[in-house]
Amino acid sequence: MEMIKVEDLAFEYIRRNEEGDVESINRAIDGVSLDVKKGDFIAIIGANGSGKSTLAKHINAILYPSEGTVWVNGMNTLKEENLWEIRRSAGMVFQNPDNQIIATVVEEDVGFGPENLGVPTDEIWERVEKSLKAVGMLEYRNQSPNKLSGGQKQRVAIAGIMAMKPECIVLDEPTAMLDPDGRKEVISTVRLLNQHEKITVLLITHHMDEVINADKVFVMEHGKIVMQGSPREIFSRIPEIKKYRLDVPQVTELAYELRNAGVDIPEGILSADELVQALENLGA
Amino acid sequence: MIRDITIGQYYPVDSILHRMDPRLKLNGTLLFIISIFLFDTFYGYIAITMFMISIIKLSKVPFKFILRGLKAIVVILIFTMTFNLFLTQGDILIRLGFLKITKQGLHSSIFMGLRLSYLILGSSLMTFTTTPNQLTDGLERLLWPLRRIKVPVHEIAMMMSIALRFIPILLEETDKIMKAQMARGADFESGGVVKRAKGLVPLLVPLFVSAFRRANDLAMAMEARCYRGGEGRTKMKPLHYSRRDMVAYIILLSYFALVIIISIYEKYLPYFSL
Repeated sequence: MEMIKVEDLAFEYIRRNEEGDVESINRAIDGVSLDVKKGDFIAIIGANGSGKSTLAKHINAILYPSEGTVWVNGMNTLKEENLWEIRRSAGMVFQNPDNQIIATVVEEDVGFGPENLGVPTDEIWERVEKSLKAVGMLEYRNQSPNKLSGGQKQRVAIAGIMAMKPECIVLDEPTAMLDPDGRKEVISTVRLLNQHEKITVLLITHHMDEVINADKVFVMEHGKIVMQGSPREIFSRIPEIKKYRLDVPQVTELAYELRNAGVDIPEGILSADELVQALENLGA
Repeated sequence: MIRDITIGQYYPVDSILHRMDPRLKLNGTLLFIISIFLFDTFYGYIAITMFMISIIKLSKVPFKFILRGLKAIVVILIFTMTFNLFLTQGDILIRLGFLKITKQGLHSSIFMGLRLSYLILGSSLMTFTTTPNQLTDGLERLLWPLRRIKVPVHEIAMMMSIALRFIPILLEETDKIMKAQMARGADFESGGVVKRAKGLVPLLVPLFVSAFRRANDLAMAMEARCYRGGEGRTKMKPLHYSRRDMVAYIILLSYFALVIIISIYEKYLPYFSL
């Protein structure tokens, strides 16, 4: 069964002047369809203003479609009675780590979601402990969030979502404000949750090296999905990626140039090890 | 100056007082404040002072640290004491030109000074021993009946705890904006009051803009985590009175009864007056 199903989705930001007349319409999403299977690790990439964050907010029912339909776990996001169940089953992690932590103590913040759901006290404690352990932040449970690094704060935010026992996590550029170490921390945590807890992950980013391990990658531009496929397929189409104002990981680009120069190596190389292997095979 | 204000700070040590239920501490502070304003007799104040000293001892907060809280009200203290001293009518003790000190003036000046200091000491003792979170939890529970008359108790408590969470973040941000504006040639230090106040505009405008943006983000994050007000919410750390709290309530009430008894029967005690 599909975790997320998006059909012909369109969303318009409408600007009105003081009289309430429509001043301009910005079609942020324009005819997007996609399916995400349970347990998948999906990445959506795109330059600024490509509509990827707007798409993410539809999956958590923060925004509603202007046209088309979004189903999360079989529930239509337009139906009011589904709202809270959708938000529970598709948790969302935002970009700014400071602006999504509510409590002044780490464990209380993780408990915020279950409290809202009306979970009994004993079970909240169990869930908090389990979620903090899953993201490797258990030893910081009594600390103030202000004392944590950016990467740690994002892990706390992820734990806060995990405590609501979601089937799916949507991460909206969770690493955009982090340093390289923090980025690695967050991405490996997310991957771990995907593999061990079988959580469906929808990662929205513009860092190309974060999508290498995804099951499927969607590239967005001007509100449309312009490319889709496995990371290997996407990365073997380098000129196209560049056209969409996206960076390509260094190794991939080097391999691509080598191939163009006539070196006989496979297409879509994703890591340094792979390139070394390919070049060694060449010598053999 | 801002650093001198110790009121509202939490002093992290482990004491009996720190472990008590916040509702008890809130009620206790209220009762204590009532007791210092209701009575102005000599024997009554001996009892009040003894009670306060024993509470301070129990709290394990250093006395010097508690006294620092008085620094913030030193000006108010001097003003009220001087006015009470010179402007009260009654039996004249000393005459200094057109100023006169009366017996009643001396009495009310001393008691006013004591009252104000005890008020600050007593209430800051509560915040020293209670974390902001416990305080808001306690307040929420104590004010809960007011929901009947449509007071948004849960919302107020939630706003208080969010404000507490964002104070350090906004302070840091103020610092950052200040430095950024100084790098662009803004001057926050020289000039008179008007010029300085005007100088704050380039600091406050970006600060407000960013605070609103944060509020917007936070509201979205809270909704994404299924927050929908206080209805149907459970608590991770619900408040429970322990036996210790009950004993403390009994002590508190007997203290209050003692002060009342003293003030009623004072006329039978050996007379003492200033």
